Amino acid sequence: MAEKLAQSDLVMESGPEAGTPMIRVENLHKTYDLGEVQVHALRGVSLTVYSGEFVAIMGASGSGKSTFMNLLGCLDRPTRGRYLLEGQDVSELTKVELAKIRNRRIGFVFQGFNLLPRTSAVENVELPLIYSSVPHLERVERAKASLRSVGLEGREDHHPAQLSGGQQQRVAIARALVNNPSIVVADEPTGNLDSRTSVEIMEIFQRLNEEKGITILLVTHESDIARFAKRVVLFRDGKIRRDSLVEGRVDAAQALISLPGIDEDEDDGEES
Amino acid sequence: MDYSAVFRVALRALTRNKMRTALTMLGIIIGVGAVICTVAIGEGASNQVQEQIRSLGDNIVFVSAGSVNSHGVHMGSAATKTLTADDAKAIGQIPFIKEESPGVGTSGQIVYGDQNWYTHIRGVSPAYLDIRRWPVTEGSPFSNHDVAAAANVALIGTTVMQNLFPANEDPVGKMIRVQNLPFRVIGVLQSKGQSPFGQDEDDTIICPYTTVQKKLAGISWIQFVMASAISTPAIPPSEQQIEGLLRQRHHLRPDEDDDFIIRSPNDLANAQAQSGRILTLLLASIASVSLLVGGIGIMNIMLVSVTERTREIGVRMAVGATEEDVQLQFLSEAVVLSMLGGAMGVVMGVIGSILVSSMLRWPTLVPPEAIVIAVFFSAGVGVFFGYYPARKAAHLDPIEALRYE
Ligand SMILES: Nc1ncnc2c1ncn2[C@@H]1O[C@H](COP(=O)(O)OP(=O)(O)OP(=O)(O)O)[C@@H](O)[C@H]1O
Ligand SMILES: [Mg+2]
Repeated sequence: MAEKLAQSDLVMESGPEAGTPMIRVENLHKTYDLGEVQVHALRGVSLTVYSGEFVAIMGASGSGKSTFMNLLGCLDRPTRGRYLLEGQDVSELTKVELAKIRNRRIGFVFQGFNLLPRTSAVENVELPLIYSSVPHLERVERAKASLRSVGLEGREDHHPAQLSGGQQQRVAIARALVNNPSIVVADEPTGNLDSRTSVEIMEIFQRLNEEKGITILLVTHESDIARFAKRVVLFRDGKIRRDSLVEGRVDAAQALISLPGIDEDEDDGEES
Repeated sequence: MDYSAVFRVALRALTRNKMRTALTMLGIIIGVGAVICTVAIGEGASNQVQEQIRSLGDNIVFVSAGSVNSHGVHMGSAATKTLTADDAKAIGQIPFIKEESPGVGTSGQIVYGDQNWYTHIRGVSPAYLDIRRWPVTEGSPFSNHDVAAAANVALIGTTVMQNLFPANEDPVGKMIRVQNLPFRVIGVLQSKGQSPFGQDEDDTIICPYTTVQKKLAGISWIQFVMASAISTPAIPPSEQQIEGLLRQRHHLRPDEDDDFIIRSPNDLANAQAQSGRILTLLLASIASVSLLVGGIGIMNIMLVSVTERTREIGVRMAVGATEEDVQLQFLSEAVVLSMLGGAMGVVMGVIGSILVSSMLRWPTLVPPEAIVIAVFFSAGVGVFFGYYPARKAAHLDPIEALRYE
């Protein structure tokens, strides 16, 4: 159980200041029952993530990363095992309580953006606030602020179809952030983006992590992207195979400067 | 979640697909419009019947000679000679009866100058005009004295007047010949127009019943008694008392049928209103079938919408919408759809009934409560037919919904 040891070492290194872990999963199982066959997507995952961590989750296709993220994001329930979110056992909660957690405490970012079509950026970002009964004016105010923080000022009234992929993903991030969640869960957020746009997105995540202390868990296939995180967890066949700190972590803002600007599009979103 | 936001979201979703929304609403519009229209026609008709019955007279109880045999066939008053003017007087003594008039009818040729006209001749007493609320517009009615004297005086209806007298000639005081007997025209009856049974009420002359009995028909009995009850509720008891009284006066044994028939236009009105109401109800329920079809249309389109927007539902759930929120969203969409349709249907129904009354000359009346009921009913249709699609949306699994292509 060298893994276990490595993990606990790591915990002490990365989260010394936090008392209770942000996320603690113990022996998590997820089995999809397809009638004839049973698919064991997760076979006993245990992981502890402290506040302010930035975890990249890697692994081959089908290794259970998305399944795991869906469980962390309270979109799904484990077949077996425990999931403690800030000390609270989430596996016991009702659907309504889970919806509330998704609304207030977790921001979800998807590979496919998942914005509402034919709906303006600001209205997309407002969405979580509608379900937490924020009055209309405050909703618009906060949605605009959130769009500003991801560098989309002036694009408030654009529909997804009028935005580039990178911009759409930023709208999605703004939506994930608008209710000030403590955790952002991102399933391959750069999967549909070119490398420069990916770095731009990673720059936003890094900034959120550094400046607001938001805990970020992010799935990626690319080790280049994982290098922007602080910690990398590797999945294989529904289990964690490796859990390590990132050595030589790359600062995305720096990386952007050094990146060749051949495909320099209208980078109105860049912050200094 | 605030309801104005729910409403706005629903409205927006509906305006996104204007054509589809309009077509879906059409079912409800036609349904509600048709129901409103049929109800308006039915109400208008029954209103008219009530009005006409009221115009017939003052709580009329009508007794005619004759009998209904065991097969329900009316034997006709000509066959029965038992009803007399004394019977009429006795009927007048019943406390429930305000006034009464004996009546005989015949018909004959009326001649004035070189004009002649074949018409109905009615013999009554002066009370008849009161009971029928039938004033004399020119001249004056005859008196009880005229009745006692069997005077040759006549009141003429406007149809008779128009056919006998030139337009500029005043008939009052003129002598006419009725079945070759000279009569003096002492008054002109106010025009009543058509009776509820379609006859021209003005095509008649009215004389003292004694005159008609003795000089024109040559009979000693009478054919009917026109009486008025003291009030509408007094009609049924007075009918019963008249029946008892006449059976006694005519010495009828218990096993013998009545030799008279008692009727009241109120009974007729009630019967007519009843059958009108049944017809209206029948038509309205046929019309509401199209409301049902409209509801099914809503359900269909909502199911399509749920499928189309599966991803949207997934996204909403992922950012914190509960099942209830999603259900409310789709339900309110269905309700907004059906209520808008209902409101437009009401407008269509009102326009339709105005068209019916102006083009077909049918009286129509849109009862305000029908409008309220229609709007609530269409909202109910929305809830009923929107419930299943909304529930389907609410029970989607968020992950599968997000993954839906
Ligand atoms: N709804 C489902 N029903 C049945 N099996 C499923 C379902 N979702 C996932 N699986 C299975 O669970 C396993 C893990 O899937 P998951 O989506 O978590 O993999 P992943 O690591 O995210 O892969 P990728 O990198 O391709 O996104 C796979 O074998 C997949 O087929
Ligand atoms: Mg995946």
